[in-house]
Amino acid sequence: MKLGAAILTIIALASVPLWLRDPYLMNALITTGIFIIGAMSLNLLLGFTGQLSLGHIAFFGIGAYVSALTSLGFDIGLPGGFRIVHDPWPPIAGFLLAIIVAGLCGYLVGLLSFRVRGAYFVIVTISFAEVVRLVALNWIELTQGPLALTNIPSITIGLPELGSLTLRTKLQNYYLVLAVAVAAYVLISRLVHSHFGRAMRGLMENETLAVSVGIDVTKTLTLAAVISAGIAGAAGSLYAHYIRIIDPEVFAFINTVTMVIMVITGGKGSLFGPVIGGMIFGLLPVFLRPIMAPEAQWIAYGGVLIVILFVLPRGIVPSLAQRFAKRWNRSPAAGPVTFSERDAKEPA
Amino acid sequence: MSEFLQHLINMLVLGGTYALLGIGLTLIFGIMNVVNFTHGVLYTFGAYIMFIVVHQLGVNFFLALPLAVLAGWLLGATIELTLLRPLRGSDIDTTMLVMIGAWIAMQSGTLWIWGGVAKSVTTPFPEAPLVLGPVSVSWLRLFVLAAAGMLIVVTYLLINRTKLGCAMRATFQDQDTASLMGVNVDLIYTSTFAIGSSLAAAAGALLGPVYVIFPQMGDLAAVKAFAIVILGGLGNITGAVIGGFLLALAEELGAGYVSSGYRDAMGFLIIIAVLIFKPTGLFARSERVG
Repeated sequence: MKLGAAILTIIALASVPLWLRDPYLMNALITTGIFIIGAMSLNLLLGFTGQLSLGHIAFFGIGAYVSALTSLGFDIGLPGGFRIVHDPWPPIAGFLLAIIVAGLCGYLVGLLSFRVRGAYFVIVTISFAEVVRLVALNWIELTQGPLALTNIPSITIGLPELGSLTLRTKLQNYYLVLAVAVAAYVLISRLVHSHFGRAMRGLMENETLAVSVGIDVTKTLTLAAVISAGIAGAAGSLYAHYIRIIDPEVFAFINTVTMVIMVITGGKGSLFGPVIGGMIFGLLPVFLRPIMAPEAQWIAYGGVLIVILFVLPRGIVPSLAQRFAKRWNRSPAAGPVTFSERDAKEPA
Repeated sequence: MSEFLQHLINMLVLGGTYALLGIGLTLIFGIMNVVNFTHGVLYTFGAYIMFIVVHQLGVNFFLALPLAVLAGWLLGATIELTLLRPLRGSDIDTTMLVMIGAWIAMQSGTLWIWGGVAKSVTTPFPEAPLVLGPVSVSWLRLFVLAAAGMLIVVTYLLINRTKLGCAMRATFQDQDTASLMGVNVDLIYTSTFAIGSSLAAAAGALLGPVYVIFPQMGDLAAVKAFAIVILGGLGNITGAVIGGFLLALAEELGAGYVSSGYRDAMGFLIIIAVLIFKPTGLFARSERVG
């Protein structure tokens, strides 16, 4: 039943390019898909460990820059007269390196920032993202600073017997993003249903209690941060090779906020929540564009975030799941959404 | 050496306004436990009030500052009453996200109303700076330093010498006991947020004419305010003042001797370093307001 729904969803998403020919809408769908991958990775931290990371865009941006620089090559001087010269590698290597480097950064940041909790954790993560942004802006020899990295090559994949295929068109990129999104979804889903996932949720509900039953807090949180950062790095890499130009604005705080809004609206701690939230906030600008100025749209987003937190504090997907569960008089855990009953505010 | 002295003078001017920002945030953060993302918007708002009052209403420059403080006070009280009061008792993350929503809506509102073009405020001060031996400082900056100093002293007296301040300190220490002793905690929360917001607006109104005014000017100011609060310790006004001057010093020296591109990175690096090595802040003997 659950597997069937998942396969139907994937088939429905895969069929979109067959009837949708508008290139503007396709572009919106691809960037939305990339941000949904980012939002899913954020949800792993926010929804399943309870840590509100507001520096998440840093990993996305690091992934984008690593992937772009790997495939473009660079030549930088280091203090002491050393030079690092890197010849361009195929973009697919950049994609893998993006995941690895972003994951490593997630490890370091996690190790340092999980020493503090709550508001202080939030502030440390924001600071980290801003420092990375300023480095990207000022290390001009490596990143070109505000001039941006341009002409980033599209991803090429080698297929047996068919030779290599360069993913240039929107259609090809759509399927690439969809494939990565499905892989990320499956990975996160497997993870939260594993022993490790139960450890994460145990930590979120009651850290002291979790420690008392032998859960290693730092290890669990850091591992979650590494996987979350790695997936965000993969999304960043897709972004770099699709848009083919990146500048330090990719690190803007507003991009983190966009992902947070997607997760909160869809429902944090729900696997499908970020997908729904991402669809709404990724495609809303397309429909609002003809009727509202961009500034007015942002006012509306701020307003929507506030209203959602007041009216549906648990997000759309868990609230709907609970409503359907009531109607059918079943446990909501049997529906397509997991953990929908969990809410930090309710007594455990 | 004269370059160093010049940096010190600049640090004093900058530090005074940073201290105002920091005091406002440390009161809100300390007493209400709200991570106030609208602090930067209030700073921007104060600067725009200055611009409107001086340029569109044609009122005297010196009268504009109290008006900006008053406007900040009113906006702060409104935010507290409409957004924070209904959320009393929810977890800190929810409050934080609501404040982020308010920040985005208000900042975009500023952009919508006044546009993205930077504005500057003309001041009644002479163009020629005051030259004191090897260093020079503009009259406007001296005024900013004096006004900021005065506001810091007023706030300090308000917290330490008045009945309202006493109630605020009691609420910080123990909200329930304070409420049992007859302190109206709702009123204290609204006053705290209004006072904190008016200080942010004052900082914006003072620094706005020194630099230029644009809708995103408050973003960095907000992060700097967080850095100051973390440096000085939660709810610690003296700590916030020292933290404000220390951050200004770090920025001036960083910009002067390392690289001006990394001037704004100082606040973030301070936040990361302090939280990792001494999470209670540099001056926290015991966390308290006052």
